[in-house]
Amino acid sequence: MTFRRTLGATLFAFTALSSVPALAQVEIQWWHAMTGANNDVVVKLAEDFNASQKEYKVVVSYKGSYPDTMNAGIAAFRAGNAPHIMQVFEVGTATMMAAKGAVKPVHQLMADAGEKFDPKAYLPAVAGYYSTSKGEMLSFPFNSSSSVMWINNDAFRKAGLDPAKPPKTWPDLFDAAKKLRAAGHDKCGFASAWITWLNIEQFSVWHNVPLATRSNGIDGFDTELKFNSPLHVKHLQNLVDLQKDKTFDYSGRTNTGEGRFTSGECPIMLTSSGFYGNVKANAKFEWSNAAMPYYPDAAGAPQNSTLGGASLWVMGGKKAEEYKGVAKFFTFLSDTDRQAQLHTVSGYLPITLAAYEKVKASGFYKANPYLETPILELNNKPPTENSRGLRLGNMVQMRDVWAEEIESALAGKKSAKDALDSAVKRGNEMLRAFERTVTR
Amino acid sequence: MEKRVTFDGKLLPYALLLPQLLVTIIFFYWPAIQAVYQSFLIQDAFGLSTQFVWFENYTLLFSKPEYFHSLLTTLVFSSVVAFLSLSISLLLAVQADKHIKFASGYKTLLIWPYAVAPAVAGVLWLFMFQPSLGLVSQAIRTLGFEWNPLLDGNHAMALVVMAATWKQISYNFLFFLAGLQSIPKSVIEASAIDGASPLRRFWTITFPLLSPTTFYLLVVNIVYVFFDTFGIIDATTGGGPAKATETLVYKVFHDGRLGGDLGGSAAQSVILMVMVIGLTAIQFRFVEKKVQY
Repeated sequence: MTFRRTLGATLFAFTALSSVPALAQVEIQWWHAMTGANNDVVVKLAEDFNASQKEYKVVVSYKGSYPDTMNAGIAAFRAGNAPHIMQVFEVGTATMMAAKGAVKPVHQLMADAGEKFDPKAYLPAVAGYYSTSKGEMLSFPFNSSSSVMWINNDAFRKAGLDPAKPPKTWPDLFDAAKKLRAAGHDKCGFASAWITWLNIEQFSVWHNVPLATRSNGIDGFDTELKFNSPLHVKHLQNLVDLQKDKTFDYSGRTNTGEGRFTSGECPIMLTSSGFYGNVKANAKFEWSNAAMPYYPDAAGAPQNSTLGGASLWVMGGKKAEEYKGVAKFFTFLSDTDRQAQLHTVSGYLPITLAAYEKVKASGFYKANPYLETPILELNNKPPTENSRGLRLGNMVQMRDVWAEEIESALAGKKSAKDALDSAVKRGNEMLRAFERTVTR
Repeated sequence: MEKRVTFDGKLLPYALLLPQLLVTIIFFYWPAIQAVYQSFLIQDAFGLSTQFVWFENYTLLFSKPEYFHSLLTTLVFSSVVAFLSLSISLLLAVQADKHIKFASGYKTLLIWPYAVAPAVAGVLWLFMFQPSLGLVSQAIRTLGFEWNPLLDGNHAMALVVMAATWKQISYNFLFFLAGLQSIPKSVIEASAIDGASPLRRFWTITFPLLSPTTFYLLVVNIVYVFFDTFGIIDATTGGGPAKATETLVYKVFHDGRLGGDLGGSAAQSVILMVMVIGLTAIQFRFVEKKVQY
């Protein structure tokens, strides 16, 4: 019985295979770095696309963390078998942009494939980050986020604070953290994930002070770091002082410390808005989020925030019909309903204006204001040359160097000023090395 | 007449050697030559632009204090781990060699950690010593000691030293035990009859007779700490905080893979290669000749 059934199935498969050679599907490889709930989102997107048409088949592969995925893609390119679509985190943008010939710019891809494509349909803060200064979109925005302040409402009330009035400025935040510390959170008043992204990169942008010259590197590779200004030194000095009694507690370079918020240990956590899914699933207390704090004496603060997250890069050297499939897939992703749904499920930003307007009109943000916080931050003010975004080469390694220096300062081995001076000096050396490899 | 099998062909010996030669060339010489060649190049991550620069990657490396810091870290790390793992395993081996109950049970249990992959060992230790969640670190905190390997370089170093030592003890234990069992019992009995105390018997008879094993293990341990502790460091500290646990091998990985600086990374590998060649040469010279029974 079983044998006969297997035989039947095999025969059927053979006939099915042999009868449709003309309709062979074009496979499109998509390498990504999403885990947990976000991995499900990626898989579902590919399944929906594959079900929506018959010509193309998107095949997703998880390749590890963001740096892992990027390195896997680069290694595959060197070996001549790169994927069609590769998800690259925002700090890899400069490296990918510099790799002319290794990537196919999205605006060109869409034009070649004859797909309808209007860069103006995308949120300016999002599209701008992944476009040249001429406005040509190079990579396709996928999961975008910004940094926000997550708050444990229950802990706030216990400490006599009002969660409806979250701290607006850094001094307010420090006061709140001291009160929380006195109310039992003696190991961690507040913490920050992605220590450099929050406290150097977003910090500079939000206060409208340059992180680096040449519009933070967007206007050219001959950029120099500038984040050892008095404002930056003051902020790091504050963190160093507060680290001593754990009003602030250092929680690592990446987002591994985020669990300290959901476990209830740290009542305030500065991190990505993409933390939403995790908070929703794991926090056993009432929570909310608010905009990042600023120093009130800094002129022009708060400015606007900039992006985190990742975009999809199309690799070069593929067949025209494969590119056509990729273009079709991007059109599929840009669909308003799909974007609106992705946004409300994953917590990542909607990438098109139409999707944002749709969600807004539905009244969704009244019940879920924390999903709008990052969008309001991004659009807070028209961007200046200090707040358009950043595009620095060797950024992955540079972040580690900056984090090392911050760690030295927090451990009391260096003064805040020395640490930032050294971070700038070492970072500049890396920028020069990058400039040298890309400008030949 | 004597019957002797002779092989006249010139080709046959080479043909018999060929598989081994091929394996050596493909998996050892070819990558090594690639690394040397790569260390003379400056290249972008994608390999789109390449420039031949002779020794610039090396001069750049030696002009950076970070490299010497990493070298120092490696020396401290390897000497501490080698000393601790050798002495602890010698102590355990001497104890297990005695006539005690369940001796074979102890021996088996002591060998187990060797089967644990380095990265898994790292994660195990991280779970115990992670500052906010780790069980052991919570215990340490209740004793009033501020344990924080995320920020304090010495704490982080202590953590990787513990994990690396624990991992290596089994291997050393096995060799020491074998070495102890090959020491003739009659010599020890003779000195016992002469009235030598157990401690004196150990230092004047057992320890010198173990010296070939000890020396072999010393070299093996140093090579282990140089290269195989990568997984432990990557899983527990990631080389941090502030490079406090960044060994030479971790730096090769960090610069080459995360930083995309293949030339500089290759130059570092070549230097490491020279170090290992040196260590191996010393081992052959001394193990074969100088260490005497």
